[in-house]
Amino acid sequence: MAQVTLDSVRKIYPNGVEAVSPASFNIPDGEFVVLVGPSGCGKSTLLRMIAGLEDITDGALSIGDRVVNTLDPADRDIAMVFQNYALYPHMTVRKNIAYGLKNRKTPKDIIAQKVDEAAKMLNLTDYLDRKPAQLSGGQRQRVAMGRAIVRDPALFLFDEPLSNLDAKLRNQMRIEIKALQRRLGVTSVYVTHDQVEAMTMADRIIVLNSGKIEQIGTPAEIYHNPASTFVASFMGAPPMNLVAGELDSGHLSFAGLSLPVHADHRGPVTMGVRPEDLVIDPDGQLHMEVELVEELGAHRLLHGMVDGQRLTVHLTKEIKAHTGPLRLSCHPDRLRLFHPETGKRMDAQMATQPRTQTESVAS
Amino acid sequence: MKRAGFDSRWLPILLLVPQLTIIAVFFYWPAVYALKSSFFLQDPFGFGQTFVGLENYTSLFDSSEYLKVANFTVLFTVLVTFFSLALALLLAVKADNVLRGAKTYRTLLMWVYAVAPPVAGFMGLLLFNQRWGPLMELFGHFGWEFEMGADYSDTAFAMIMISIWKQVPVNFIFFLSGLQAIPKAVREAALIDNRSASGRFWDVTFPLLAPTGFFLLIINITYALFDTFGVIDTVVRGEPSNNPMTLVYKVYVDGFRGNDLGGSSAQSVILMVLVLALTVFQFRMVERRIHYT
Repeated sequence: MAQVTLDSVRKIYPNGVEAVSPASFNIPDGEFVVLVGPSGCGKSTLLRMIAGLEDITDGALSIGDRVVNTLDPADRDIAMVFQNYALYPHMTVRKNIAYGLKNRKTPKDIIAQKVDEAAKMLNLTDYLDRKPAQLSGGQRQRVAMGRAIVRDPALFLFDEPLSNLDAKLRNQMRIEIKALQRRLGVTSVYVTHDQVEAMTMADRIIVLNSGKIEQIGTPAEIYHNPASTFVASFMGAPPMNLVAGELDSGHLSFAGLSLPVHADHRGPVTMGVRPEDLVIDPDGQLHMEVELVEELGAHRLLHGMVDGQRLTVHLTKEIKAHTGPLRLSCHPDRLRLFHPETGKRMDAQMATQPRTQTESVAS
Repeated sequence: MKRAGFDSRWLPILLLVPQLTIIAVFFYWPAVYALKSSFFLQDPFGFGQTFVGLENYTSLFDSSEYLKVANFTVLFTVLVTFFSLALALLLAVKADNVLRGAKTYRTLLMWVYAVAPPVAGFMGLLLFNQRWGPLMELFGHFGWEFEMGADYSDTAFAMIMISIWKQVPVNFIFFLSGLQAIPKAVREAALIDNRSASGRFWDVTFPLLAPTGFFLLIINITYALFDTFGVIDTVVRGEPSNNPMTLVYKVYVDGFRGNDLGGSSAQSVILMVLVLALTVFQFRMVERRIHYT
């Protein structure tokens, strides 16, 4: 168990490409941190630098009290679960799990005991003498987990461990991994491109985009207060609605909507609102032309246009919906403003509470 | 399921005829002919033959010369196979770790592959040349008066060296591609599990290379037994007198130089049986223990 600290950790490849811009953050002992971002955003590179599989160009990485920049992966007291499991195909499940312990001169009886414990925890007891080729994807994933947990490492690293599994198994393993991590209390860094995995598993999420950290925060912070339009559109399914609005002295206007605001900025602005924060309101100032209703059972998504800009509205299953014209309103507290060029969130205060705040639902 | 079939019984047979003809003409016929003539004593000038039963075989096994050649062949095969595999594996592992200029480096290591065996033998002759071979000079510094073609063990040494040198690139190519076929993540997992590089090699890399290694083992034994003919012929230059040679070369020397067709046939039959046994052994005994992913 240990905390992990990155101090301006940076990666530049020999061809000059900067894969990870100087990144600094601290992971307290026992925390589950998810690195999330689109492919090529540097999240795997960052993880591999923590693992020691990739050199750190600049900066300092410490696990516990030690700076580990120059230590071999085997000396960093970490365990890693790979995307394609990376099991040793010629070894039985038992040997796969025991291999890391064996090389650390652990006494045989302790190895046997730990392997049995891990196998019991992961429901692998009946498969210990099989080869990886004779196991299903989910079982292989468990073996990879077993290989990590028997080592009692200071840090778990997960590199998209669930992306090779089918959807059902992925949901199940997601819960299992999270529960296991809770039980063992080992600091963990988990890389994924799946924002659902990030939201559901993380204590804290680090959102990366083209090598830079966009935002660090709890899932709720990331979801409700995205630091940029990138985070707003990457996290959440469907993503946050982002539309072009206008700020002038004290007023934010978009389509028929006009809200008093305290903001320093003047001129065009990007306005963000989560689909579930838009409500149907016969007196609403937003006139939407619904083009498509997506039926999802537990809820519905309405897709359509407001003043030539695309919007998505999330409705609970009780509310009937159909295509055609519709009036919407939105609580001003739920609006987020972003700089139209940089995409960064702007701090703006909604001045008063206009009439459209009614949460009552009309249909 | 509907089976695709032929209307006539004869068509499939007809379609197989070219292949069967080739096998029959180039393999079974000579084999049967060799088997048949191994029971006869041929007149050296081609005037008829006498049936002698197993005499050709028994005289072979009574001949100390034949047994000496057989012993040398075993030693030669073991040494050539072992060292060409070991050196190639070493080079492949090292080349696999090279990051800069990897392609150039690999191409340079594969070059020797393009050299034909007699040419390899000839190049060996130049290197080991009595008067001006650079290796002679080197050995001279250590007080070793190297006499290829005159001294039995020196000639054997040269033969083995040249044969290994010729075979290393082939093995190198296969080992290198075998190494590159090992998933990167598996090696990285090993990197985290084991801090010792040699430990990782023997525990993970080597077992995963076993299928390649097994295939190369067969190829190399066959090479050492049969395909070194060109090298040996160049080194001994048709003067086998006191020089070492392998069983295959002896078949040639006895049959075509000594005109002892019966004895030579008996030797080839023995070689055929040897190859058959080797193949059965390899596929029955060894393959079973090897992990194929």
